[in-house]
Amino acid sequence: MYWNTRADDLAVKAITGLLERNPNLPPERVDDVAIAATTQQGDQGLTLGRTAAILAGLPMSVPGFAIDRMCAGAMTAVTTTGSGIGFGQYDVVIAGGVEHMGRHPMGLDADPNPRFLTEKLVAADALNMGNTAERLHDRFPELTKERSDRFGMLSQQKVQAAYDAGHIQPDLVPVAIRTAEGWGLASEDEGRRPATTMEGLASLKTPFRPHGRVTAGNASPLTDGATAAILASSDAAKELGLTTKMRMVSFGFAGVEPEVMGIGPIPSTEKALKRAGLSIDDIGLFELNEAFAVQVLSFLDHFGIADDDARVNPWGGAIAIGHPLAASGVRLMLQLARQFEQHPEVRYGITAMCVGLGQGGTVIWENPHHKRYGKGR
Amino acid sequence: MTDYSKIDFSELAAAFADDEVVTHSYVRDIRLASGRVIALITLDNGRDHTRPSTLGPVTLIELGERLDELTARAAAGEIQAVAITGKPYFLAAGADLSKVGEIPSRDIALKMGQLGHMVFGKLGELGVPSFTFINGLALGGGLEVALNSDYRTVDASAPAIALPEVFLGIVPAWGGAYLLPNLIGIENALKVVIENPLKNNRMLKAKDALELGIADAMFAPVNFLEDSLKWADGVLGGSVQVKRPNVPGKLERLAKWDVAVGIARKSIEGKLGTTAKSPYVALDLLKAAKSGTKAEGFAREDEALADLVSGDQFVASIYAFNLVQKRAKRPAGAPDKSLARKVTKVGIIGAGLMASQFALLFVRRLQVPVVITDLDQARVDKGLAYIRDEIGTLEQKGRIDADEANRLRALVSGTTDKADFSDCDWVIEAVFEDLAVKQQVFAEVEPHLSETAIIATNTSSLSVEEIGEKLTHPERLVGFHFFNPVAVMPLIEIVKTPKTDDETLATAFATAAKLKKSAVLTADAPGFVVNRLLAKVMGEAARAVDEGTPVPVVEKALAPIGLPMGPFELIDLVGWAVAAHVQDTMVREFPERFYASENMHALSKLGSPVVEKDKHGKVTDLTKDAKKAITVGKTSVDAATILRRVEDELAREIKLMLDEGVVTAAEDIDLCLILGAGWPFQAGGATPYLDRVGASERVFGDTFHHPAIRGVGA
Repeated sequence: MYWNTRADDLAVKAITGLLERNPNLPPERVDDVAIAATTQQGDQGLTLGRTAAILAGLPMSVPGFAIDRMCAGAMTAVTTTGSGIGFGQYDVVIAGGVEHMGRHPMGLDADPNPRFLTEKLVAADALNMGNTAERLHDRFPELTKERSDRFGMLSQQKVQAAYDAGHIQPDLVPVAIRTAEGWGLASEDEGRRPATTMEGLASLKTPFRPHGRVTAGNASPLTDGATAAILASSDAAKELGLTTKMRMVSFGFAGVEPEVMGIGPIPSTEKALKRAGLSIDDIGLFELNEAFAVQVLSFLDHFGIADDDARVNPWGGAIAIGHPLAASGVRLMLQLARQFEQHPEVRYGITAMCVGLGQGGTVIWENPHHKRYGKGR
Repeated sequence: MTDYSKIDFSELAAAFADDEVVTHSYVRDIRLASGRVIALITLDNGRDHTRPSTLGPVTLIELGERLDELTARAAAGEIQAVAITGKPYFLAAGADLSKVGEIPSRDIALKMGQLGHMVFGKLGELGVPSFTFINGLALGGGLEVALNSDYRTVDASAPAIALPEVFLGIVPAWGGAYLLPNLIGIENALKVVIENPLKNNRMLKAKDALELGIADAMFAPVNFLEDSLKWADGVLGGSVQVKRPNVPGKLERLAKWDVAVGIARKSIEGKLGTTAKSPYVALDLLKAAKSGTKAEGFAREDEALADLVSGDQFVASIYAFNLVQKRAKRPAGAPDKSLARKVTKVGIIGAGLMASQFALLFVRRLQVPVVITDLDQARVDKGLAYIRDEIGTLEQKGRIDADEANRLRALVSGTTDKADFSDCDWVIEAVFEDLAVKQQVFAEVEPHLSETAIIATNTSSLSVEEIGEKLTHPERLVGFHFFNPVAVMPLIEIVKTPKTDDETLATAFATAAKLKKSAVLTADAPGFVVNRLLAKVMGEAARAVDEGTPVPVVEKALAPIGLPMGPFELIDLVGWAVAAHVQDTMVREFPERFYASENMHALSKLGSPVVEKDKHGKVTDLTKDAKKAITVGKTSVDAATILRRVEDELAREIKLMLDEGVVTAAEDIDLCLILGAGWPFQAGGATPYLDRVGASERVFGDTFHHPAIRGVGA
């Protein structure tokens, strides 16, 4: 859909869509704009936060910058600017991310330092995410291909059910697209496969290894997309009449061996829980990025949660929707916020994701619709 | 009523089929947030932004087929609306003009209008509402696509929206002349259809289109199409109410319509005369649009267009348009651009009004240091003060910001020491029009200049070669003749002497282009092009008066050419002394062919107003004082005789100039007269007019153009 659409324009349209939904926010009150991208070159380069802010029509007085933590770009944009709010240096910020994986395949034109290999710091195949997912299957033999496939199929079904219920659409920004057949309008996620069956999944190729386990059916596809969110201090939100959708409680980032980057969210979640003084049992909703089914399953196994636990990705995830790397962190937040509205009984939720080069990121959020919101434990 | 579906357009399409750059009509269904489906047509010629989409017969036929298919789909309930938009930056730039000058018959011209009406008319008969999203440039037929739709949005960044037909000698005839006044009211329509085209083809910005009511809504470019689709969804669902306060009501039709047309007619007659046909045909169409059906309006447009397209004025206009658009951008005889030297500092000899105007123009356009010099510091200071004032005025008007004003002020300096010219790359004089004076100032300056500095003279009547006689390096001298007012007039005559080298000439052309002027290369012949031919016109006018013809007769005698002003209005504008001086110069060079009048000299010394003028600035007669000051004969001639004399003298002089090689071709003569003297498009400058009235044939037994630039006729 977006082959003829510039990456920066996707970021711009996410920002204008956000501003349109929040007419109470005077644009000049935005203190900073942080936009993440993994491959910051060409139409995805040039200090994206600043350029996107100008192109979106924000006043010249609003600054901006670019962020990169590979898959956790938007998440890091949120935690970094959120920290600035916590420290009292911002009132309102816009944080988001973009990845046009069609135009900027992961690792394109990268020039990794040869020391990674000569000093055996990182295995040669650890830069290929599919290989790291295969490595997780090796490490945890109980994570079978069948479990991964089933998780993938359910993700497809859950996303379609959420679409059918109209849960997803309110947070989408339609984008005009230029095609050989004239202008069109992108208004839904393109890569969904709701008719996926276990038989169909079993027949897919395993491109990373002969007779491997990782397939197009249990991994996220290559996707183009952008996201943006407003963060504000509670005082500013009250002053401007901005609706609070979630409150950031804590966050954590952690490093793991790059060869098994998929387990990154385990230590990052433990960090975030510890800082919040919470345990995993306090978490009522999980938005886990589905880079690979196996990587989510490793997380669930670690915390003793069932593969089909209703609290986990109730509207599906990246296997069906896609994972435009640096954009996904805010997409997880959007879905969690909508679910908070529907689940006032849930007090805390998390968004978590694995990150290339062996990292994990987790943010814990509080539901403003919960009866004890803001009242302490 | 015309049944367009019964007309065979195959001959028309065949005439264009080989050469038309077809703008295709791509259709995609778009599901709106409400669930309604809008079929979106994209007009796209598949070329990049240097080739706007245009509308030729093959294009129109394809669009018509798509609209027929959509009509059927609408009836089947598959779509709830149709919208049209364009490729990035363009809706469409109007009819394909590249071939329109070669239309073989009136019948084909008629079908050109009918085909547009048939196709665009379908936008009102789809069975579902139609929208046009004006995403960019929309001219002529491009805007008429929108006018034929039920609703319109416009991109706030659309650079130009206009119906420029009258400028080109035709009328909006794909619905524009009928639909526009019925959408935005008669006064606004008169402005868009007639007034703006006659003001040097002025165009509307998006905001103007919104305010006039041409567009129902305007959206920022960042999400123009998305917002337009959303708006359309709102219109279809009833949540968006479209208000059109400018749609004419009963009262306007009864009380205002004819009056407004009448006022406009008087104003055009007063300013322009009645020679140009298209403004009056447009007036008639707009007047008739007051009542009757759309079909009747369309039929009137068909006939009007056919008449104009097959007439002489339109073909000459297209010729003139191509001169200005194409030939002016690639001057004939200009050396290779790569030979041009860089101009990083400009020296101006003189600090008077003309010199100061040069300084302002050079510093604004070239943005390099400009130094002016004169005999004493007081004159220099006066010049500098004028330039700085003018920069201040530009700043106050918001044409430049404060930083730019500071930059420009800092770039301009003055000196009485010619040594300060040592690092100038370009030196131009604007001193008194006297050979000895010009020779002397160049002789004084040259020793201080680098060997590669270009020396330019703004002389209008002296020999450039003679001006350079005392130079050590005459090969770097070039004539660079501006027209007054310097900031406004778009022409520079670049004069090559037998010694001027290619580097100098190339630098002159490059500099003219940077000054945003059109340049024409001329030989070093007296009066170059414009003044030589205007001297002919003024000389014949003076001759007629000297013979005893009343000034009002002389002043109106040339009306059939459609010149922007009568001969005495022109003389009064350039100044009686200057005009007399030019006549003297030409007579000195060509005593047998030019006419000098003692009466002109007498009038130049009058000291009080020479002529009476009406409210349009047109000369009605000499003042009483002026009449007393002159002595005239008793052999008054009639207007027809004066006109014929002027036509014949122009034809003779232009033929001579071409034979002498003053310019490369007749096209350059016409370009000079259009850009330097405002001669009309409908005359094609001069030579198409002289051919078509038979002057060329009378004088030299041939025509300037082969074939002559004529319409196919009825």
